[in-house]
Amino acid sequence: MSRLNSFRELEHLREQLREQRQSIATTVMVCGGTGCKASRSQAVVDAVREELTRQGLDMKVRLCVTGCHGFCEQGPVIIIEPGNVFYCHVSPDDVFEIVYQTVANGKAIERLLYTDPISGVTARTMAEVPFYRAQDRQILSQNLNIDPCSIEDYILAGGYSALSKVLRGMTPEGVIKEIVSSGLRGRGGGGFPTGRKWTECWEAPGDEKYVICNADEGDPGAYMDRCVLEGNPHLVMEGMMIGAWAVGARKGYIYVRNEYPLAVKHSRIAVEQARKIGLLGDNILGSSFSFDVDIARGGGAFVCGESTALMASVEGKVGEPRPKDVHTVVDGLYHKPTVLNNVETWANVPSIIMNGSSWFASKGTSGSKGTKILALTGHVKNTGLVEVAMGTPIRTVVYDIGGGANNGNRVKAVQTGGPSGGCLPVDMFDLAVDFDVLYQAGSMVGSGGMVVMDEATCMVDVAKYFLNFLQDESCGKCLPCRLGIDRMLEIITDITEGRGKPEQLDLLQELADTVAQTALCGLGKTAPNPVLSTLRYFRPEYEAHINQKKCPAGVCKALVTYSIEPDKCNGCGVCLRGCVYGAISGSKKQVHVIDAELCQKCGICRSECKFDAVKVA
Amino acid sequence: MSPQALEQILEGRRSQPSQLIEVLQDIQKSDGYISPESMKAVSQGLGVPLIEVYRVASFYKAFRLKPSGKNVLTMCMGTACHVRGARFLHDHTTGQLGVKPGEVTSDGLFSVEHVNCLGACALGPIVAENGSYHHHMTPAKLRKLIETLSRQQTEEKQSVQTQ
Repeated sequence: MSRLNSFRELEHLREQLREQRQSIATTVMVCGGTGCKASRSQAVVDAVREELTRQGLDMKVRLCVTGCHGFCEQGPVIIIEPGNVFYCHVSPDDVFEIVYQTVANGKAIERLLYTDPISGVTARTMAEVPFYRAQDRQILSQNLNIDPCSIEDYILAGGYSALSKVLRGMTPEGVIKEIVSSGLRGRGGGGFPTGRKWTECWEAPGDEKYVICNADEGDPGAYMDRCVLEGNPHLVMEGMMIGAWAVGARKGYIYVRNEYPLAVKHSRIAVEQARKIGLLGDNILGSSFSFDVDIARGGGAFVCGESTALMASVEGKVGEPRPKDVHTVVDGLYHKPTVLNNVETWANVPSIIMNGSSWFASKGTSGSKGTKILALTGHVKNTGLVEVAMGTPIRTVVYDIGGGANNGNRVKAVQTGGPSGGCLPVDMFDLAVDFDVLYQAGSMVGSGGMVVMDEATCMVDVAKYFLNFLQDESCGKCLPCRLGIDRMLEIITDITEGRGKPEQLDLLQELADTVAQTALCGLGKTAPNPVLSTLRYFRPEYEAHINQKKCPAGVCKALVTYSIEPDKCNGCGVCLRGCVYGAISGSKKQVHVIDAELCQKCGICRSECKFDAVKVA
Repeated sequence: MSPQALEQILEGRRSQPSQLIEVLQDIQKSDGYISPESMKAVSQGLGVPLIEVYRVASFYKAFRLKPSGKNVLTMCMGTACHVRGARFLHDHTTGQLGVKPGEVTSDGLFSVEHVNCLGACALGPIVAENGSYHHHMTPAKLRKLIETLSRQQTEEKQSVQTQ
C-alpha cells in the first residue's frame, strides 16, 4: 500500500478495499482475544485455515482472527457471517463440520450453539444470546469484524473517517467543544471530564505538547483496556490523533503493560502500519498536522495508574507520583502540557466525532454519558466483558447479563472499581453504573472491574486481600500511605487470625479516614475504600470474627478447621494421595481422617474430593 | 548476556535515559533476569547512574534480579482469581514445591511468581506455565501440572544419559 497524501486517497483506498472484498461470500470470525487464546483458540484458527484450503473455500471465505468478543467463559467462540451464527466452546475437532455444514451449506450445528442454562432456550444467532442481548456494545462490537493486525480491515470498517473529518473541516476549538458537550468522562478510574482536560491542555502555553494513552491496566480484575487495545488498536490511535490535533501535540505514547504481550504486539504493528501509509508522520493526509506515536512498556506497578507516576515511568524513571499543585495538562511529560486518557476513553473519541456529541450524550445519565465496558468476573455464570449504557442498574449486569451466581450459592456482594473501589451488598444492586452514584455509595466505577462475590466469600478477607495488594503496590513515598496501609493490614490480619478486639474497629475507621485525607496521590487516597465499604455494609462479619472468633464464610484459615464427613466419605483415597502435608490418613474403603495438627488448610483435599465430603467450618 | 546481544539491545538507544525501562525489558526477555553486569553495561550505555538503574530495576515488579527456574509458574493474584480461590493455589505450590513466590526450587526446575493480574479474569483462577495460560485451575489440576513438568524433566535427563 502506498502513502496516502490526501483525504480523497483515503476514500479511494476504502472504495478499492470494498471492491476487493465483494467476492467474499462468508466470513468466519474466530476470537483471538486473551481469554479465548487461554482456551486454545489458536488450534481452532489453524484448523479452520487448513479446512478451508482443503475444501477449496479459501478464496471465497475470509478467516478473520479478531479481538475479544466478550463472552470469555464460552471460549473459544466463532461467529459466522452472514447469519450471525454464534458457536461456543469450539474445539479443533468441530472444525470440519463447521466448514462443511455451516460455511459451505449454511446449516447450523445444534450442539455448538449456545443454550441458555436458565431458560433452556438455544440461541441461533449471536444477537439472541441473552448475554449480548441486554448490552449496548458500541466499542466492543467494533472488535468483531476486524483483524487487529490489518489496517485495511479498520479502514474498510470506516476507520480514520473521524480523523479525516477533523482535519478537513473542524477547528481545534470545534473538536474540543464536541468532546465537552458529549459529556465524556475518563474511563480509567477518576471519571474526570475529558473535555475539560483537553481544554486546559489546549490553553496551556508552549509549542511542545504530548498525548498519552494509558494502557497500563493495573487494576486486578479488569481487562477491558487490554481487549480494546488488542482487538482494535487503530481505533485507540485514531482517538489519540484527534486529541493530539485538538490540543496541539505532535507526539504521543501508548503506555502498555508488558504483561500484555498481545497488546504490545498489536499496538506496535498498528503504529508501523499507520506510519507506512502516512497516517502517522508529517503532513498526515496532506494536512498541516504531523504526529507520531511510540510504545512505552510499563513495568507492572499499580501506582503508575496515577498520572504523574505514569509520566515519570514513560521518561524511564521510577514511577513515583509527585504533588499535583500544577496539573499535568500544564506540567506533564518532560514538564510539557500533556493529555493522558485511558484506552477506553480514547476509543470513544472517533464515534463522538462521527456521530456528534448529542448522539453520545443521548446514552447514559445526567452526569455519566455513553457506555461503559465492565469486566464481569467472580462467582457469576456468564463471565466476560460487558458493555452497557451508563445508568444500567448493577442488577441487570449481574443477573440479566451475568446470569446470577455460578455455583448454586446466593450472590452476596459486588466489588466495583478495583483496589480503589468498594464492595456493595446485594440489596443495593438497584444502584446504577454511574460515576456519581457509585461514588456516593462508597465505591466507584473505576476502570470497570465488577467482581461478583457469593456467600462463600469473606468480606473481611476481601478487605485484607486489597490491603495486601496496596501495601505491596504503595511506592512508599508518602507516610500516610506507606504506614497507614501497613497498620490497617496489621489490624485486619489480627481480626482474621482471631486476635481481633472490638475497639480495633474504631481505630480501623479512624486510620482509614486519615489515610484517605492525607495521602499524596490517588492510590493512597482511595486505598481505604475496600476497608471503609466493607465496614459500612458488612460490619456483622467483622464482629463475628472478633467476638465469636468465627469466619461466617469459612474462609479465614485461622478460624476454620477441615474435617471429613464420615457419611459422605467412601475411602477412595484421592484426598490422601493429594495431601502434600501428609495430614490425611485412612485405609482403602474406610473413612479417612484429617489430622488437625498437620493440616495446613490448603484446600487441595476439598478440590479433589468428588463426593463433597471435606467440610470446612 | 553476551556483549553482542547487549549491543543489539542498546543500538539506537545510547545516551537516552528515557529508554531505561525499555532496555531492561529487552534484557529480561532475552536473559530471564537482570544481572549486575548488565545493569553496569546499561548504566554506561544510556548514561544513567548505576544506582538509578538498580532503583528502577528493583522498583518495578516486571524485573527479576535473580535467574528463574526452568519452569516458571506465574500465579495470578487478581481479585477475580482471588475470590475463586487463587490463595489455595498459592498455598499448594508452597507446599508441593517448598518455595515461596520469587524463589527457585533447589533443583532449579521451578520458580513461582505472583502477578497482580494476567488479564484473563473471566476464566480464573489462572496459572501461567512458562507464559501459557491454564484456566479454571484447582489445587488438584496444579498438582498434576507440576508432576507432569517434573516427569518431563526426568525423562529428558534420562534420554540424555542413555545417549
